[in-house]
Amino acid sequence: MANSQPDAPQSLYAPREPIFPKKVYGPFRNLKWWIMAVTLGIYYLTPWIRWDRGANLPDQAVLVDLASRRFFFFWIEIWPHEFYFVAGLLVMAGLGLFLFTSALGRVWCGYACPQTVWTDLFILVERWIEGDRNARLRLHRQKKMDFRKFRLRMIKWITWLLIAVATGGAWVFYFADAPTLLVDLFTLNAHPVAYTTVAILTGTTFLFGGFAREQICIYACPWPRIQAAMMDEDTLVVGYREWRGEPRKNSPEVKAGATQGDCIDCMACVNVCPVGIDIRDGQQLECITCALCIDACDDIMAKIGKPRGLIDYMALTDEENERAGKPPKPIIKHILRPRTILYTALWSLVGVGLLFALFIRADIEMTVAPVRNPTFVTMADGTIRNTYEVRLLNKHGEDRLFNLTLRGDPSIQVTLEGVPGSSVTVPADTTFNQRVYLEAPAGSAPANAERTELRIWVEDTTNGERAYKDTVFNGKGQ
Amino acid sequence: MVKKPEKQQGDPDTTGHEWDGIEEFNNPLPRWWLWTFYATIVWGIGYTIAYPAWPGISSATAGVMGWSTRANVAADISQAEAANADINARLAAVELTEISTDPELAGYATSAGAAVFKTWCAQCHGSGAAGAKGYPNLLDNDWLWGGDIEAIHATVAHGIRNEEDDDARYSEMPAFGEMLEKEEITAVTNYVMSLSGTPQDASQVEAGQVVYVDNCASCHGDEGLGDRDQGAPNLADAIWLYGGDYDTVLETVTYSRFGVMPPWTERLTEAEIRAVSAYVHQLGGGE
Repeated sequence: MANSQPDAPQSLYAPREPIFPKKVYGPFRNLKWWIMAVTLGIYYLTPWIRWDRGANLPDQAVLVDLASRRFFFFWIEIWPHEFYFVAGLLVMAGLGLFLFTSALGRVWCGYACPQTVWTDLFILVERWIEGDRNARLRLHRQKKMDFRKFRLRMIKWITWLLIAVATGGAWVFYFADAPTLLVDLFTLNAHPVAYTTVAILTGTTFLFGGFAREQICIYACPWPRIQAAMMDEDTLVVGYREWRGEPRKNSPEVKAGATQGDCIDCMACVNVCPVGIDIRDGQQLECITCALCIDACDDIMAKIGKPRGLIDYMALTDEENERAGKPPKPIIKHILRPRTILYTALWSLVGVGLLFALFIRADIEMTVAPVRNPTFVTMADGTIRNTYEVRLLNKHGEDRLFNLTLRGDPSIQVTLEGVPGSSVTVPADTTFNQRVYLEAPAGSAPANAERTELRIWVEDTTNGERAYKDTVFNGKGQ
Repeated sequence: MVKKPEKQQGDPDTTGHEWDGIEEFNNPLPRWWLWTFYATIVWGIGYTIAYPAWPGISSATAGVMGWSTRANVAADISQAEAANADINARLAAVELTEISTDPELAGYATSAGAAVFKTWCAQCHGSGAAGAKGYPNLLDNDWLWGGDIEAIHATVAHGIRNEEDDDARYSEMPAFGEMLEKEEITAVTNYVMSLSGTPQDASQVEAGQVVYVDNCASCHGDEGLGDRDQGAPNLADAIWLYGGDYDTVLETVTYSRFGVMPPWTERLTEAEIRAVSAYVHQLGGGE
């Protein structure tokens, strides 16, 4: 047991420390702007891409049709029984995160996570309206709510709210025809579920992007805790070259006469940090590796005529080398490791498998359920009839004429309930149930045998696509 | 030996626990987390007030929202009935033969009829409508009283040989055991069996035909093809309601049969009767 000093008892609860990230320029900041533009662009605009889907469906390129349980993605149409495609994509997403995390640490958190992107956007709005760090700090410290503060706060919150509404609004467009739903939403004709969804997502966006921000990453999100298990000493993380920077200016060592390191203690890295940490304290769980402190420090280093990279992407193994004066391992060697190569291989394997499955899957499918209650029916003339519930799937955007044929015993005849002949029209994008009768004349081999093996073929008369199912014919068993 | 880090300025207290030199910070919880926790408690209490929750001796508190699963089911049922009111009215009004030509009506009637069948008809005719001894198989193409939609509808609506409905189909086969000699009965049994297959004793067929013409042909027809106006079964086909073996046919001739089906006009609506008629009509034997 370590005996801690009998300090004044600390509070068990801590208020959130407000953070006022300063504007920063640099390559990483530019990269983040680009990623923000692309990801938000994809999110807001995708539902508006049009795609011809025939008469019965909205002409939308990406559509989750919950009512009829279909997922449309451009030319791909996923039915519920093909959900393994979605599972496969999730596996790929998981492996992709493993890969990126083991190579580049919390790069997902720093650049692509919606929480980061939207928070970045909200901070941008905040900066436009209330000014940069110092102005915001002053506004924060100003206790009195005068007209100016009230006006700035209201404009900021209303802008946030508009973004939040647009965010929640964009989500529901993925589930219905976007132009129709937009009109319905404004004319109060949309489904209550749509309004509820928009309201919830508006609320969470407003709260998470405007107020909770880094609290979500630190306290709510499980991913950072999992990520730690995927990182190793070769993973690139944002770090501080302590051996180069220390002793920093204003430190007791420098005051005592030691030679000052490169760090001039300008606090630029701390001021730009969106999670409110000092990267010079080393690796911290709050750090989302957004790399803005690298931009900030490089800027200062350029101004004071020192080489860039006092704060930089580096791996833990570099520290020993660099302290010993050896050159750091090239970045490519950090990234190309057995582990990352394995993740890449697995990721590609699943991807190739999915592509393969996608290309070989048929647009025509059939299931055959023999009716077993009763197993057979004797007709007036002694004919033995078996009944089959046949389910025909037409995964095309237009109606198709499907023809059913039989391989097996030539004495067995095919008839369809309610339809003359052996062909039936299956409407576009639907599952169609057709009762099929197979009849063996009295005295024929299948009528007297207990079981006769059969193969039912279905053929799309338009393009010749075929599918089959094996089943059996039950006779009297004499 | 790793250097033990010194407590730095601003570090929180440790929990006082140490494992092999590793200590645990007693980091403070965010204040908002605490308020969220309190909010969930308030929400939880509110929930138990709003919804049925606290168990009592014989029942639980009802909750101020008046929510109950039973009321939800009742609401769902009345909602479904209201939703189907139009199509039910249409189903009850159209010509019976038009049901199968209107895809919407046919689809609805078949689905609704299947539910009616499983509820009211399956007890005798079986859940697969294959019938049982004395209860006709509805899947085949042999009909006692007719297999077009109108005949099926009349049978379902009024039933067969029942006392309750004056419009019920009625006929009665005499018990020939009291009217014919034993030899005549065995002879006619062999003749009847010969109509659709092999008699037990071929030598009696000729004698049996004489008995048949005198006693049976008036209802079952000269060639044994039956008469749907009287519900007289076709004796020349492969289907037997009570069984086609010698003993069963002998029993039928001796004691006769009297199958009864109740009328359904009292218990089912016209739309339901039409729905189940349409369902039976499309089972495979409809005419």
